[in-house]
Amino acid sequence: MRQWRFEVASRSGFADVVGQGVLEDIRELGIRSVESVHSARVYLIEADFDAAFARRVVEELLTDTVCQDYYMGRSSAPAGPMEATIIEVHLKSGVTDPVAESVAMAIADMGGHAESVRTARKYILLGHVSDAHRDLIARRVLANDCIEEVVYGTDAEPPSPHTRPYELEIGTIALTTLDAEGLIELSRKRDLFLDVVEMQTIQEYYQQLNREPTDVELETLAQTWSEHCGHKTLRSSVDMDCEGEHVHFENLLKETVFKATQDLNKDWCLSVFADNAGVVSFDESDAVCFKVETHNHPSALDPYGGAATGIGGVLRDPMGTGMGARPIANTDVFCFGNPDKKLDEIPKGVLHPRRIMKGVVAGVRDYGNRMGIPTVNGAIYFDDRYMANPLVFCGNVGLLPNDKCFKHQQTGNLIMVVGGRTGRDGIHGATFSSGQMTHEHEDIFSHAVQIGNPIVEKKMLDTLLQARDAELYEAITDCGAGGLSSAVGEMGEKLGAEVDLEKVPLKYAGLNYTEIWISEAQERMVIAVRPENLEAISKLFAAEDVEATVIGRFTDDAKLTLRYEGQQVGQLDMEFLHEGICRYSRKAVWKRPAVSEPVIAPKDNYNDDLLAILSSYNVASKEWVIRQYDHEVQGGSVIKPLTGLENDGPSDAAVVRPKLDSDRGVAISCGMNPLYGDIDPYWMAYSAIDEAIRNIVAVGARPDRIALLDNFCWGDCRKPETFGSLVRAAQACFDGAMGFGAPFISGKDSLNNEFLCDDGTTIAIPSTLLISAMSIVDDVNTCVTMDVKRAGNLIFVVGLTRNELGGSHYYKIHGFQGANVPKVDVATAAETASRMHLAIQHGLIVSCHDCSEGGLAVALAEMAFAGGLGIEADLRGLPCDADCVTAAGQLFSESNSRYVVEVEPDMYDSFARLMLNMPFGQLGVVVDEKRLVIRTADGTPVVDADVEDLKRAWRKPLMLN
Amino acid sequence: MEQVRAIVVRAAGINCDMETEHAFRLAGAEVDRVHVNRIIETPGMLEGYQIFVLPGGFSYGDDVAAGKILANQMVHHLADALRKFIDDGKLVLGICNGFQVLVKTQILPGLAPIGGSDTSQQPVSITNNDSGKYEDRWVYLEPVSEECVFISPGRRLYLPVAHGEGKVVARDSAILDRLEAEGHVAFRYVDAEGRQGPFPINPNGSPNSVAGLTDSTGRVLGLMPHPERFVHRTQHPHWTRRANRDDADGMSVFSNAVAYVKQNL
Repeated sequence: MRQWRFEVASRSGFADVVGQGVLEDIRELGIRSVESVHSARVYLIEADFDAAFARRVVEELLTDTVCQDYYMGRSSAPAGPMEATIIEVHLKSGVTDPVAESVAMAIADMGGHAESVRTARKYILLGHVSDAHRDLIARRVLANDCIEEVVYGTDAEPPSPHTRPYELEIGTIALTTLDAEGLIELSRKRDLFLDVVEMQTIQEYYQQLNREPTDVELETLAQTWSEHCGHKTLRSSVDMDCEGEHVHFENLLKETVFKATQDLNKDWCLSVFADNAGVVSFDESDAVCFKVETHNHPSALDPYGGAATGIGGVLRDPMGTGMGARPIANTDVFCFGNPDKKLDEIPKGVLHPRRIMKGVVAGVRDYGNRMGIPTVNGAIYFDDRYMANPLVFCGNVGLLPNDKCFKHQQTGNLIMVVGGRTGRDGIHGATFSSGQMTHEHEDIFSHAVQIGNPIVEKKMLDTLLQARDAELYEAITDCGAGGLSSAVGEMGEKLGAEVDLEKVPLKYAGLNYTEIWISEAQERMVIAVRPENLEAISKLFAAEDVEATVIGRFTDDAKLTLRYEGQQVGQLDMEFLHEGICRYSRKAVWKRPAVSEPVIAPKDNYNDDLLAILSSYNVASKEWVIRQYDHEVQGGSVIKPLTGLENDGPSDAAVVRPKLDSDRGVAISCGMNPLYGDIDPYWMAYSAIDEAIRNIVAVGARPDRIALLDNFCWGDCRKPETFGSLVRAAQACFDGAMGFGAPFISGKDSLNNEFLCDDGTTIAIPSTLLISAMSIVDDVNTCVTMDVKRAGNLIFVVGLTRNELGGSHYYKIHGFQGANVPKVDVATAAETASRMHLAIQHGLIVSCHDCSEGGLAVALAEMAFAGGLGIEADLRGLPCDADCVTAAGQLFSESNSRYVVEVEPDMYDSFARLMLNMPFGQLGVVVDEKRLVIRTADGTPVVDADVEDLKRAWRKPLMLN
Repeated sequence: MEQVRAIVVRAAGINCDMETEHAFRLAGAEVDRVHVNRIIETPGMLEGYQIFVLPGGFSYGDDVAAGKILANQMVHHLADALRKFIDDGKLVLGICNGFQVLVKTQILPGLAPIGGSDTSQQPVSITNNDSGKYEDRWVYLEPVSEECVFISPGRRLYLPVAHGEGKVVARDSAILDRLEAEGHVAFRYVDAEGRQGPFPINPNGSPNSVAGLTDSTGRVLGLMPHPERFVHRTQHPHWTRRANRDDADGMSVFSNAVAYVKQNL
């Protein structure tokens, strides 16, 4: 067997895109001595073929001879006066290499055979590079320690691709005789992330059984009982001291978020909080489901891989909902540290926010685009407290037939794992994500990083939908956190299950049975198949090159039995596994922070303030990100994320038509404002609900069909103050859902978002609640966008402006926080939403934009520049509360439940009649001259700016390369 | 031909097959989406179709290079069947990734017969955008070829591109000249007034603003933009500014193809 080595690189005259990107990243590290970077792809192929065939492989297959050159063997450093540093990045043994798999297949298509294929990337850095800089570049720019190995120079050998086979050795763990301290130590040593009470519960179980647990049993319990899978905190009972008043919840989630859904009892909610995603009715034949997940900890370690598998993972939620849904739209919301942070301000063990942002965006882009699912909605927030704990929310909406919303697995069904193979990647992801991050995490938890391959997921999806429609399986769920352990454990909860772990197809040899059982390797689903359908379903999967393997069966003994090569390696009672976890009671405290309103001297002109807000990172255009996402694949896009005359205005919400022969649409929006949470998390949560709802109403979706999702991302909730703020937010979720008549249908929490720095200090994220909303559009032809349409049309504001600058961007740019956080008058807000909907449906409105960050002034500016026109406004027309008298307050207050709308003069009467008794007022007119002019009562133009200048200020900050 | 039949190819990573099927249905064709494995098993099935369509996506993850692995499969397993398909006067359409596949099989620009020349000598390729990144944006297309049956001469189209590798490059300037002289250029990127220009008018930096190619028969078209993404009025990015206009530019490509088959086959 011979090992062939080929290097393929861009020919001179053709851009080396990878090399240029690396050079940019190196400069961002502050290293100026590297003059240029050349990249090459390296192929290492073990094969028996001769030199002539090898040349065909490299010329016909591996090289694009129009724009690339190849080298057979190992090329030496380039000649010339420049110092050259050569760095090769290889995948660690066992890490999936999708390109290698494709190359092996293509060689077979050519009539050859390759024993093994590996690929690597080679970089040549020209210019002086010190050893320290070289290591820094390798570590921060070129390679990810978790999955890759760096080889320097031209002589060093890459890592061996071969792994040792595994020989069975059943491990038992002495637990029954340990004292409390010993139990804690055991939990810590094995990364179980279980506390002493949980360990004692397990101990009692085994004392009764009169034996010690095996390793795989203990791991199964740790996965199932993890915060990530079990939501222990949100389901705990709470005793809260709320400003001296005692509040008690038996089960926080059940009495807040769930309760609203139960009390509202909407008949269009088909399956809520029961499956992998919440399901609501769409039309006579189909339903839609929606799920938003977080993938925070993995994205902190490996932004690209973490975000990619974040989207890959959440896609499997709809795919595993009911009998499986077809994903139709993605939404992504991120929170990062400020991208202009200096390197020396970054704590040890933390990646630079810019690197995290670029990696996360690229990960979502590559996975979502490759899966062919449009990414249509999202948001990005910046705050330095997210620096060590970036938040990555990935969401997906799926479409499934009405008669396929429920599973029906039965005793005797075969358990099949389909899709990707199982490897050592992602071990302990569920438990890892439940704990606090530290500066050492990078090293310790490298195995928790998962590796994604969207094409495997795409072909699995294509095949599963065919199998679903042919009714070849009885139930389906995804392998997410906890891997097979969670998937099989959940599916067999009421039945019992037995699994032969050696049957699970592996990426490489050497995994022990516990690793197989808890691996979080991506792109796998579990289905329950009746034995008589096995042949048909196996044939179907084989026809599309998707692996599907029987690994066990569902029983009727209410036990989970694990075997390896016929020997039992673990057995647990399903009831203990799922119900055995002790109930928690937690303390929570909420005390209003000492906050006050600042005094900022009034001015005659607020142009500079408006420009500063428009170019603040949270408000600025996210076009750089949005354009990298395919937001139009599947052909259903109606309201795109960017809109207006030049396709660059910021849409309030997205609308897609999931069925191409129908004009019925699904709308998706989100709301979030962590800055308000610093003043009062109750109003933060309420504001997020209001924002998500007004965003979705603004494009024309039905206010009476809004379904909500909650994603709580908090710090360490064992601290009563932190938990107290979460309880406040949960209370607002109940009140908001009831007030708007919008039930929650699914949710997820990610707690412990704190980072322990090497100096012993901790950084906690601000309390962050993402509210996602989904609703129905009866006829997409009635939708409206936010760009003004025509000079001469009238501009109205609907909704009351109050003196609510607390947590506003106006205060933020002046360095203040304030106290008057925006509140919600829910009765008026709900009535406003419903009248707005009527106005849109009857065609009375030609554009509509919600008022949010930056207030009225920002909304007007965005509408004007998106429409390529000007607006002349007069604040005398603004419906205002008596205490909102200053120009700054009227321009920049972020009061909720407000819409700015454009009405044709002909429609004035109808519109005014419809809005009777609502707070609304005519603010101004659309004009041809591209100026935004806003006057106060005495005629002073407090804003008088060129619309193009405003647009430039808004577009520039995040136009990265 | 009364009933026109189109075959839309599926493969691992192809992801625009459903909307492409929909567009051909709207144009009046009967459409089957078929996995490439089935076609390789029974190449004779192509006899039953008049339009062969490679839709967009990331076939086999675009591993090695965009469209390369699928192109390799087609060269080694379907060369004869496809040569016959084209020789029979039938139509081939490749959109985005499908265009990349057509170029990498050398079906486009068709200077040498498919599988009949050394694939290491392909005259044209499609490579990374000058911007270095994937982008989804709308562009204007000026029809160039007067022979290509998919094109309505003189009708400028507004369509989205969504790709990271869309720059059409020739092996040398002689080949680029030949593409122009022999009428292989199907579409060029232009602005709203029909003028060529730099990014973003030309979204990927293609020399001569080439957006699509046709072969010498005019019955094979490959293009980077996505006509199947504009077959309904609400797909236009500012449809809310276009009051009651129902025209959808992308439909012309599909309607022309179906009309041609009806009249000529």
